[in-house]
Amino acid sequence: MLPPGKHLVLGNIACAEGAIRAGCRFFAGYPITPANEITQHMAEELPRVGGYFLQMEDEIASMAAVIGASWAGAKAMTATSGPGFSLMQENIGYAYMTETPCVVVDVQRSGPSTGQATMPSQQDFYQARYGAHGDYEAVVLSPWSVQEMFDLTVRAFNLAERFRTPVILLADGMIGHMMEKLVIPEKVETVERRRPAGASCTPFGTEDPSLVPEMPRFGEGYRLLVTGSSHDPTGRRDYSPRVMEAKLRRMREKILRAEGEVRDIVEAGMGDARIAVLSYGASARPSYGAVMKARKEGIRAGLMRLRTLWPFPEEYLSKVAGEVEAFLVVEMNLGKAVREVERAVHGRVEVTPLTRVGGVVPTVEEVYQAIRRVDECL
Amino acid sequence: MPVKPLSYYRERYIRHQPSPFCPGCGNGIILNCFARAVDELGLDQDRILCVSGIGCSAWIPSPHFNSDTLHTTHGRALAFATGAKVFNSDLTVVVFTGDGDGAGIGGNHLIHAARRNIDITTILVNNLSYAMTGGQIAPTTLHGSRTITSPYGNPENPFDLCRLVAAAGATYVARWTAYHVVELTRSMEEAIKNRGFSFIEVISPCPTRQRRIFGFRNPIYEVPSRIMEMLVESTYIRGREPKGHYCYAIPRAGVKEALEAVETELGRRDLGAGVRQVDHLRWGTVLRVDCAGPEELDSVKELLGEVPEVERVVGALEGKVELGVFVRERRPEFVESLREVMRRAGGV
Ligand SMILES: Cc1ncc(C[n+]2csc(CCOP(=O)(O)OP(=O)(O)O)c2C)c(N)n1
Ligand code: SF4
Ligand SMILES: [Mg+2]
Repeated sequence: MLPPGKHLVLGNIACAEGAIRAGCRFFAGYPITPANEITQHMAEELPRVGGYFLQMEDEIASMAAVIGASWAGAKAMTATSGPGFSLMQENIGYAYMTETPCVVVDVQRSGPSTGQATMPSQQDFYQARYGAHGDYEAVVLSPWSVQEMFDLTVRAFNLAERFRTPVILLADGMIGHMMEKLVIPEKVETVERRRPAGASCTPFGTEDPSLVPEMPRFGEGYRLLVTGSSHDPTGRRDYSPRVMEAKLRRMREKILRAEGEVRDIVEAGMGDARIAVLSYGASARPSYGAVMKARKEGIRAGLMRLRTLWPFPEEYLSKVAGEVEAFLVVEMNLGKAVREVERAVHGRVEVTPLTRVGGVVPTVEEVYQAIRRVDECL
Repeated sequence: MPVKPLSYYRERYIRHQPSPFCPGCGNGIILNCFARAVDELGLDQDRILCVSGIGCSAWIPSPHFNSDTLHTTHGRALAFATGAKVFNSDLTVVVFTGDGDGAGIGGNHLIHAARRNIDITTILVNNLSYAMTGGQIAPTTLHGSRTITSPYGNPENPFDLCRLVAAAGATYVARWTAYHVVELTRSMEEAIKNRGFSFIEVISPCPTRQRRIFGFRNPIYEVPSRIMEMLVESTYIRGREPKGHYCYAIPRAGVKEALEAVETELGRRDLGAGVRQVDHLRWGTVLRVDCAGPEELDSVKELLGEVPEVERVVGALEGKVELGVFVRERRPEFVESLREVMRRAGGV
């Protein structure tokens, strides 16, 4: 582990460092660019702190091992990129269904399929939210810097433990492979899952207002029933519509009820903005530069940078729509977050997408020109 | 060993009855053997973790066995189990899987878990098909078998799972059938005690699907015993060659006609041999001819070869499945090796 203080490191290394400080002691993964440095750093560092690193036979097994370890009591994580993320989806769905805290890092690369293995994208925006079948509420975070690879990995673990749910860190090949300053604090705040205090426990139901049940671990005598099939609060398989509906609604509600706590938007220049630029991850960097440049040129633009992508901040955007005249959505895909923005804005103001694919990050100039075009139409 | 009443096992080890298995299913027998093995070993139930995938076999422990259970996705039980065992090696981890679950969709995890020699016991229920989904071809379905996805006969060939897992590096490998309950129970005990990857294949009756696969036309309540007899007929225990002097006559067309013809021929020659109809996994419904001694058997074989209703004569051992323990080895165990890694890294 790197000592507290200032470092110049890769985003992927910052992610692994954050994970270990958040308490991660189990990592299972499979090699893939551009996530390899996370795996490599975990292989090196985890055994030094008494943790376990496993290279599994594929990403399906990696995700499975993470869930198994989590029920054995571990804070557990895996890291991958597009093709591996696709393979993990069924077991990510299992983690939602069984309310298993864990962290999945997707260092997005350009796709579909093998695509451009070494080049970044933001094309998994919806896969991170809807990749597994069935209904669930996803928590997805998006870092824009090396520092945030560290900070948001810590946050991902804390949210996973807090809500007993998988949390996805949706990074990208640029942030993962970029070197930048990282400041490691002396102390990192961590959250632990609620554990049962008494001799009995209902691991899949609770009276607690958080709606998050207590989570025992294997080997403690609770004789747990953990299953991906519909189950009652004790874990026993039960296919009745009433049981499954209650389960799905509670799992959704436990996240939505705390949306304010999960929401994470960094604003710049939004106070007097007529044009609201929305972006996240790598594409938020040129967006920031462009907004600053536009403001210098006298264009009243502001930036909303989403650090939590899901749950999508609909309410917040709906409010912003009442205060600005236009939206510009900058992302590295053919238009994904822009659909969510349109839904939240509901036709009240014009929403313009700026989309780039092919493994490139838009430039400051590109975004600036887009802001100007929007401004000219106002 | 004092005999314990059934109620003892039921109350202590089994929960959420009745079981969902069809009458005559081998899964209940396997659960029963497992409970006895655990009892015999005196294991702490609170430290047993049963992991299963998807399929009828996955329901053996979940929710029925009274310990921690983890009922996972199709084929992935071993990978889930690996994570749990690594993080808490005090757990006795037992994986229950089917032939489709463990050798089809999850075949990759099976060979890799064996290669790592992780201290997990895997009990694979081989009922020769994907039973839960309706009886489709599995990687264990015999060549030529008619299933609902091989209506004209299976064009594929089955795995020899024990050889596969042994080659992959498992340190305990055995095969039994659900008929061999005593041997199976002992084998489970040995497998659990082995500090490494243990694999037991259990050839198991599934009256609901195998009735069609084997072409049994009897009323359904007669099918379970017919399958059990077939399992006995088609297997032998390693080192214990089949007793007696006999061979099989495979009928050219109808088994009835062949039986009549062979009976007539045997009656005419007075060779002291008896013939009866039996079911055989490999040969189907055939005639078995038992003789008094080796010379008589030779004469009978010669005679049968001349009966037009008989297509082929095969020896007693030919086509039989070998049961027994095939591998007992010692190799570094995975979690111990991980500890060694930790020591080298200075983490303990
Ligand atoms: C990914 C996935 N594919 C397919 C299925 C459907 N499915 C459920 S059980 C099963 C077959 C199980 O066969 P086997 O492992 O032999 O178990 P058995 O029912 O014979 O005991 C299949 C294919 C599934 N649940 N998940
Ligand atoms: S379908 Fe076959 S394996 Fe499944 S419960 Fe019925 S008899 Fe058993
Ligand atoms: Mg089967």
